[in-house]
Amino acid sequence: MNLVTPDIGLIFWQGITFLVVLFILSRYAWKPIMKALRDREDSIQNALDEAATARKEVDELKKSQANMEEAARIEKDRILKEAKLIADKNLEEATTKASKIIGDAEEAAKQAIDKERQAAIADIKNQISTLSVQVAETLLKRELSDSNKQENLMQELINDLKVN
Amino acid sequence: MLKKTLLLVGLLCLFQFAQAKGGGDDKFEAKDFSELITHHIADSHGWEFFKGFTIPLPVILYTDKGLDIFMSSAIPHGDGKHEDIKKEGHKEGAKAHDGAITFEHGGNKYVYAHGHFALANGGHVMDFSITKNVASLFVSVALLFFVFFSVSKGYKKRAGKAPRGIQSFFEPIIIFVRDDIAKENIGPKYERFTPYLLTVFFFIWFNNMLGLLPGAANLTGNIAVTLVLSVITFVITTLSANKNYWAHIFTPPVPKLLYIILVPIEIIGMFTKPFSLMIRLFANITAGHIIMLSLFGLIFIFQSLAVGVVSTAFATFMNFLELLVAFIQAYVFTLLSASYFSTAVEEHHHDEAHAHAH
Repeated sequence: MNLVTPDIGLIFWQGITFLVVLFILSRYAWKPIMKALRDREDSIQNALDEAATARKEVDELKKSQANMEEAARIEKDRILKEAKLIADKNLEEATTKASKIIGDAEEAAKQAIDKERQAAIADIKNQISTLSVQVAETLLKRELSDSNKQENLMQELINDLKVN
Repeated sequence: MLKKTLLLVGLLCLFQFAQAKGGGDDKFEAKDFSELITHHIADSHGWEFFKGFTIPLPVILYTDKGLDIFMSSAIPHGDGKHEDIKKEGHKEGAKAHDGAITFEHGGNKYVYAHGHFALANGGHVMDFSITKNVASLFVSVALLFFVFFSVSKGYKKRAGKAPRGIQSFFEPIIIFVRDDIAKENIGPKYERFTPYLLTVFFFIWFNNMLGLLPGAANLTGNIAVTLVLSVITFVITTLSANKNYWAHIFTPPVPKLLYIILVPIEIIGMFTKPFSLMIRLFANITAGHIIMLSLFGLIFIFQSLAVGVVSTAFATFMNFLELLVAFIQAYVFTLLSASYFSTAVEEHHHDEAHAHAH
């Protein structure tokens, strides 16, 4: 058989066999294989897309969480500040009230003391006058012999009392 | 060290060669050997694994009297070698002249010479025998079916899961053919060509590899086989051709006067492309086989140990190279087929660009 002369028999068998192989492999091998490969590629692509979406969602969630935390922090600060303000105000009020009460008490005490002192002074004056009368009585009893002398003395005594 | 050894072996080889040339009384002539090589590369009616062990194959002949079917072992003394013919004595009275065997079967008188049947009365005979190549073709087809049905089953069994076993070996190659050959060359319309490209790629590759086995047939190195493959590529190209393809051939973007030269060239080009496919695959595979056989032939021609060592080492190297060539030729055939398909379906605007230029 010559090398470069194609034999009709081999052309026949090769032609028929190759076409049969082409048909059978296309239908029962390449078609399912190509489909499986494409499906798998699609599923990989989907998985990648889903992962990207999930990552984005997580990022968003994190962001919103941070936002919420920030808001909570601000709220906390605000509440604390308000509470402090209220406390300060209460304290001030209490202080004012207390100092007023103390002031009032002091005033009352002062007045009472003054009253007492006045009373005491009045009392002392009374006593002094009583004593003076008694002294005067005694002196009068003794000195009244000489009326002038008595009058002078009297005058002197009264004058002295006035000084005090 | 290796270099020195190689140099020494090379010198020995040269010396032996000179001696052999001078000797001149070799038992094995180079001329005999070229015949032997041709015999090994060509198709035959029986599958000879080694001398004395030939698997008989069916011979199917079509003559004026209809089909005549018999086993190749029925041909007196097989393949028509000289020594066989000398031991003549078949009951049907075969005669040997110029390596031809004459015998009778099914009412026809055949003359069998150099692997070809002819009728003794000069009538026409068509040979549709299951020759060594056809048998080898069937073996390769069985292998193709086995492998790719297994692969396909793997996808069904493990749908959506990672490939395993034979499936994971072939998957990258299938994807390579699909993505780097089909998609890369043809573009968006690649999908309808992928089944053919995959089939032709694995058909050629498997048969190239099978051809390297000892005793195997040289199927992809047979011009009838490469002819059929390239004709199919040609038919697919022509049938799927769009109007751009035909416009490029019959109204190329050149001045009208040049059509006289260019149109015939373009028409010839339609045929030279698949023709080159046919020749390339045939020549590459056949050349590989011839080199291997020649290297082994040197041993018998020179009958020297040194040549034996060098030849064997070189033949081993060539065998590895042939493994590579087996893949490359399958790749090249598929790649070029894909590029021819791409010219057939390409949507380019050659004519408009040409019109604008004027």
